[in-house]
Amino acid sequence: MNKVPNNRAWWLVLPVFILVAFSALIPLMTVVNYSVQDIFGPGNAYYVGTEWFKEVLNDERLQDSLLRQFAFSGAVLAIQIPLGISVALMMPKSGIKASLCLILLAIPLLIPWNVVGTIWQIFGRGDIGLFGWGLNALGLDYNYTGNTVDAWLTVLLMDVWHWTPLVALLCYSGLRAIPEAFYQAAEIDRASRWAVFRYIQLPRLKSVLVIAVLLRFMDSFMIYTEPFVLTGGGPGSSTTFLSQTLTTMAIGQFDIGRAAAFSLIYFLIVLLVSWLFFTAITHLDKEK
Amino acid sequence: MIAWMNWTPTVAVFFAVIAGILAVMTVYEIVSPCTERKGFLPIATTRGDRLFIGLLSAAYIHLAFLAASDITLWVALAVSVVWLAVLLRWG
Amino acid sequence: MNYSRSKGMGMTLFIVLLLTPIYWLLNMSFKTNQEILGGLTLWPQNFTLANYAVIFSDSSWYSGYINSMIYVSMNMTITLLVALPAAYAFSRYKFVGDKHLFFWLLSNRMAPPAVFLLPFFQLYSSIGLFDTHIAVALAHCLFNVPLAVWILEGFMSGVPREYDEMAYIDGYSFPKFFVKIFLPMIRSGIGVAAFFAFMFSWVELLLARTLTSVDAQPIGAIMTRTIGASGIDWGVLAAAGVLTIIPGVLVVWFVRNHIAKGFALGRV
Repeated sequence: MNKVPNNRAWWLVLPVFILVAFSALIPLMTVVNYSVQDIFGPGNAYYVGTEWFKEVLNDERLQDSLLRQFAFSGAVLAIQIPLGISVALMMPKSGIKASLCLILLAIPLLIPWNVVGTIWQIFGRGDIGLFGWGLNALGLDYNYTGNTVDAWLTVLLMDVWHWTPLVALLCYSGLRAIPEAFYQAAEIDRASRWAVFRYIQLPRLKSVLVIAVLLRFMDSFMIYTEPFVLTGGGPGSSTTFLSQTLTTMAIGQFDIGRAAAFSLIYFLIVLLVSWLFFTAITHLDKEK
Repeated sequence: MIAWMNWTPTVAVFFAVIAGILAVMTVYEIVSPCTERKGFLPIATTRGDRLFIGLLSAAYIHLAFLAASDITLWVALAVSVVWLAVLLRWG
Repeated sequence: MNYSRSKGMGMTLFIVLLLTPIYWLLNMSFKTNQEILGGLTLWPQNFTLANYAVIFSDSSWYSGYINSMIYVSMNMTITLLVALPAAYAFSRYKFVGDKHLFFWLLSNRMAPPAVFLLPFFQLYSSIGLFDTHIAVALAHCLFNVPLAVWILEGFMSGVPREYDEMAYIDGYSFPKFFVKIFLPMIRSGIGVAAFFAFMFSWVELLLARTLTSVDAQPIGAIMTRTIGASGIDWGVLAAAGVLTIIPGVLVVWFVRNHIAKGFALGRV
């Protein structure tokens, strides 16, 4: 659509601007202030320059949790995107069955995140949970509170359970937007199932897939509540992701300066990645 | 009221400079609106895009200097300013 | 392309796997703690509503649900009120800094709440809003407003501008046009935006827990109290969990016809 240049449109945006500035800009400025000082209490702070940043950048614990975070987000994308596409392809196209599928798929998305953690905490236990009990009954030595690999797999499985429906719903709406004529043409050409997917469905899914990847990357990158409830970050610190490291530092140890410097670095990483995705989305919109 | 924000002069100057740049860019934009163009960056950008890319990469340049060396950050700042200028002119 | 049998089987399997953990929670909520800890039973042998009775008879329990409901509805109202005009501006006009403003808004949706935790706590304490519903509602606006603007902008761009121009020719003022003609046309978009505001405010716990202590405590924070001296009260925990799922199911029922388009943020 052609947009009309009109700077008075700023008046319409002003409420949003003020609201978000209040809850984003003031805290951001505060974090920057905290990050260059050593704070012992109100009015009792010393300027330390970039010391915190240097420490944080060279802190092995934080580097580990950053690597763990990237590994987790990568695994999440590698599993959920293909799985979500396949589920979307399997969904009925219309009628009561389609509505039912949509509603059932959406349920995990609307469960409070701590309850998601609780569900899996119970479900995975060897004594009272169906999943843990079943695995043990099969002779597998499964214990998500004691074994690092098991803990990782459980957190990953929980996230797949929780968020694959989002990817599926996104792809489903992308598929619904493909005109029926495309399929008819393919049928006349006797195109194979794979060819239909590769040359008709996948290109049309591009824009929703970028949104899916963006949302899934961002949300998995800030994951906190679910693993906190499920494993508490353990065993050891094997499932401690960035947000949890940060929260422990800020609230638990009250190490404000270091936490602030860490926050800013965290924020810069997110800013860079989201800018890349956003640029990709707007360019796809333009191509249309 | 704002005591909890723990303002320090350095940070105040930092945000003042950012706000100043944004103000100048806004006025410049109103006086002579700019169009998208293609420079050495892989995508077509407007002036504002290049400023954002410049500022973001400046932040990363500073972090790189901090992480990898003990050189004073004034060098990083100088590198960033030169990079920003190059980006705005040819990017 | 017919809907084949193997696809149906695959879909059924996925749905069953998806619902099993939820069934397990439901199952446990109807059991006594003796039965839960005594051994694995696939359905409640001694069906009991005692766990639910605990929650509904104790005001410190059910007030958690009320608190959550209050701040979620406040958040939905604020979000829609500010996002509607802004989304209209983004979908219709070009103005200085529009693209960058839009990205800045979105970057707040992407910022990890943990980054803002500490300053939020201090900000709301300093203006005397700590432990109030409005504090949580405002804090959740940080990620809900940008998302709502994004969704609504997508839906609004689908309405041709000719409608706007016709309305002006017919002598409608802007506010009258906006409320009487434009809003009804993007009803489904508004429904979807409200749904998302509900969803993300309802499921968030980190900020909600940090900004409250007693009077506005969300149900998620109250649930941790089932961990007592004698271990975890699994039955009550499961019942509390089941009760948090119900509002979500109700809401999704209302928007079921628009949910697919909504999840693509109106961009299909």
